[in-house]
Amino acid sequence: MTDLVAIGASWGGLDAVRSILAMLPAELDAAVVVAQHRSPESHRTAFRDLLRSATRMQVREAADKDALRAGTVYIAPPDYHLLVDPESVSLSTDEPVQFARPSIDVLFESAAESHRERCAGVVLTGANADGARGLRRIAELGGTTIVQDPEEAVRAEMPRAALLAVPEARVLPTAGIAPLLVDLCGLARVPA
Amino acid sequence: MAVQLEHQPSSPEGRLDTEGLELQLLLEGVYRQYGFDFREYAPASLKRRVWRRVDAEKTGTITGLLDRLLRDPDVMERLLLDLSINVTSMFRDPTFYAALRTQVVPVLRTYPFTRIWVAGCSTGEEVYSLAIVLDEEDVRDRTRIYATDINEAVLERARAGVFPIDKMKEYTENYIRAGGRRSFSEYYLAKYEGALFERSLTENVVWAPHNLVQDRSFNTFNLIMCRNVMIYFDRTLQTRVHQLFYDSLERFGFLALGHKESIRFTGLEDRYEEIDGQEKLYRKAR
Repeated sequence: MTDLVAIGASWGGLDAVRSILAMLPAELDAAVVVAQHRSPESHRTAFRDLLRSATRMQVREAADKDALRAGTVYIAPPDYHLLVDPESVSLSTDEPVQFARPSIDVLFESAAESHRERCAGVVLTGANADGARGLRRIAELGGTTIVQDPEEAVRAEMPRAALLAVPEARVLPTAGIAPLLVDLCGLARVPA
Repeated sequence: MAVQLEHQPSSPEGRLDTEGLELQLLLEGVYRQYGFDFREYAPASLKRRVWRRVDAEKTGTITGLLDRLLRDPDVMERLLLDLSINVTSMFRDPTFYAALRTQVVPVLRTYPFTRIWVAGCSTGEEVYSLAIVLDEEDVRDRTRIYATDINEAVLERARAGVFPIDKMKEYTENYIRAGGRRSFSEYYLAKYEGALFERSLTENVVWAPHNLVQDRSFNTFNLIMCRNVMIYFDRTLQTRVHQLFYDSLERFGFLALGHKESIRFTGLEDRYEEIDGQEKLYRKAR
């Protein structure tokens, strides 16, 4: 069963991420980690607040060594890389990778290596090639790979690059991604 | 007689198990041969940094790197740079330096003499930023800054005070947003590719090697700054370093962490008063 969902988005990502999270139930039996490219000067809590208002899942900007919990969404803070260790998230201020910090590749590679076949990677809209290499790694280690339909994406470059690297990835519109994630992760029993 | 190898790793998954083992062996080798202990670093970033060195040395595997570095101290030195340089910038998080100016400096001003520890100072960007704030607040000449790092080569670079000229635009913007009172360009001389910072800024700085993982406290301080250094450590090591900081702080001394770090889960939460939750500024209360 999948218990970690890693989502990468760039240009046009806010709406895409929001529409997927809006369709995910609070009981989703997986932690969700999100790397969305955004400016270090962007408003501190705006992105988090927008997502919070859209979904019933818990949404937080990741702090160092936050324990991974099902039903919770962890957003990469601007100007940090977000990585996944077996039990927690981790942050780094290492150099940007292909001009990006957070880098989707960094997030996906660490998610693949810590969670292997229990990880699902989702590449959404964007105008660069970030995420392609990381999605390849998720595929190699037995995880599930999902790419937003480039026809639907605000910017098709990132989904197309991901599909070049991982031709076997599932291609879906955002409306189809959430139901697939629910199938993959299942629902946690509602606490009494 | 032919030996049947049952667990030959052929799939990428099998290789991953092997890689975990190789990483452990590398860290053990580094520790036993050179005495640097990275065994309690957080695995994901550590692995990325090790692979960067594997690729640069073209050893193909982590074991290949181990083989090289056990015999060649130069390779170890280069790996040490990869593992210990924490990338930062001058006035990174300008709001933090503004808070330092308005909430910490007024307290320091009431002391006849102040000792500050910048732990894990790396290439020195934060030390120069701090020195500039202290200078503008007229407390620099009664302050001593102890700037320490595990890596002596990095300290040497920090001491030289030369930073890339192409960073000055970003640093100037940060400086202004941090409440700087002068023109940032007054602090450096542009030369070739580098910006050489004014020597007097660091005349009260003591640059010294110190390993947070293995070394003890060496003084007591009124302020300890350790921003975005412990994010590379695992929880156990973080807890130990927090104890070291607590023991090294004067009563009512300040502790400054990175924006995404905190003293939660260190067992010392109730020993500190939170001065600014956003800026991660704490004060030792008991």
